[in-house]
Amino acid sequence: MEKPNTNYIDELAENDADFKTKIIDILKSELPQEIEIYNNFISSNDLINASLCVHKLKHKISILGLEKSYYIAEDFEKNLRKHNADLHSDFNNILTVMMNFVNQL
Amino acid sequence: MNCIIIDDEEMARAIISKMLASHDELKIIQEFSSAVQAMKFLNQNQVDLIFLDIHMDDFTGFDFIQSLKNPPKTVLVTSDKNFAIDAFEYECIIDYIVKPITKERLFKAVQKAKVIPETTPETTITPSITKAVAEDNLNEFYINIDRRLIKITFDSLNVVEAKGDYIHIKTDIKNHIVHSTLKKIEDKLPKDLFLKVHRSFIINTKKIIDIQDNSVLIGKDVVPVSRSNRAELMKKLNLL
Repeated sequence: MEKPNTNYIDELAENDADFKTKIIDILKSELPQEIEIYNNFISSNDLINASLCVHKLKHKISILGLEKSYYIAEDFEKNLRKHNADLHSDFNNILTVMMNFVNQL
Repeated sequence: MNCIIIDDEEMARAIISKMLASHDELKIIQEFSSAVQAMKFLNQNQVDLIFLDIHMDDFTGFDFIQSLKNPPKTVLVTSDKNFAIDAFEYECIIDYIVKPITKERLFKAVQKAKVIPETTPETTITPSITKAVAEDNLNEFYINIDRRLIKITFDSLNVVEAKGDYIHIKTDIKNHIVHSTLKKIEDKLPKDLFLKVHRSFIINTKKIIDIQDNSVLIGKDVVPVSRSNRAELMKKLNLL
């Protein structure tokens, strides 16, 4: 599986260490919250609201440079709107990889 | 140009804010995580440009624009590529940027904002329920949005939610934000069809998909039911 990176964040920060720290702090705070909300909707089989969570998570997937994962998330979001959760485990893997990476930053 | 950022994701706001900080002709005067907060601000402040997310928890970006009289120039910033065509329906939307944003792309949008002539002499919120009737033969009411009277049929109305000084009218077709109170609209809705199930929610009881614990599912909205209203709701149901 592809590995996350901070290329986008580094480019954005333009050597501004404070800003980089700020973005990483936001990642560390927002990502687990968004994942928790997503998991709650999946647990309650509310796939429409789960799709909205996936939509929001796509931004962070792209920020971490996970290009292939972004397309999986995009397909998963569309599928959820049709009440199809087939890509759930693939998406969970992406979330796990992201969380592991963010926790090490 | 005075600009504001409306996005429920802190990450997005931080990124846009950082990128625009180096632009000489722009001043970010406020950031909002909620469209409702932004509405109040727009009522009292001159804003030249809005950077607006489409999918937010309270309202969509499109609902937000529709609720404004003379909306300022707006750049949509979203992770969704699928609404570009819808965006063309709104004169105020001057650009559509898909996340992740690049500085070059954002500056290009700002350049467009500079070139496109001003269309917003004032920014006030005036929508209100001008004619909401539940008289004998009528099955609709009208809301006034940007000088247009928009018909809402009772059949299409799913949920009305109070949000501060506004109500959010959710129908099968579109959602609308109206400057009004839940009490005003409640008085206009037929009581055999609609029920106030919570201090902030009125629902169309015919649109209930299921009821679980202290909430009902209507469309994709999970609406809370307060303990005091639950008995009234249960009375309306044709239970087996």
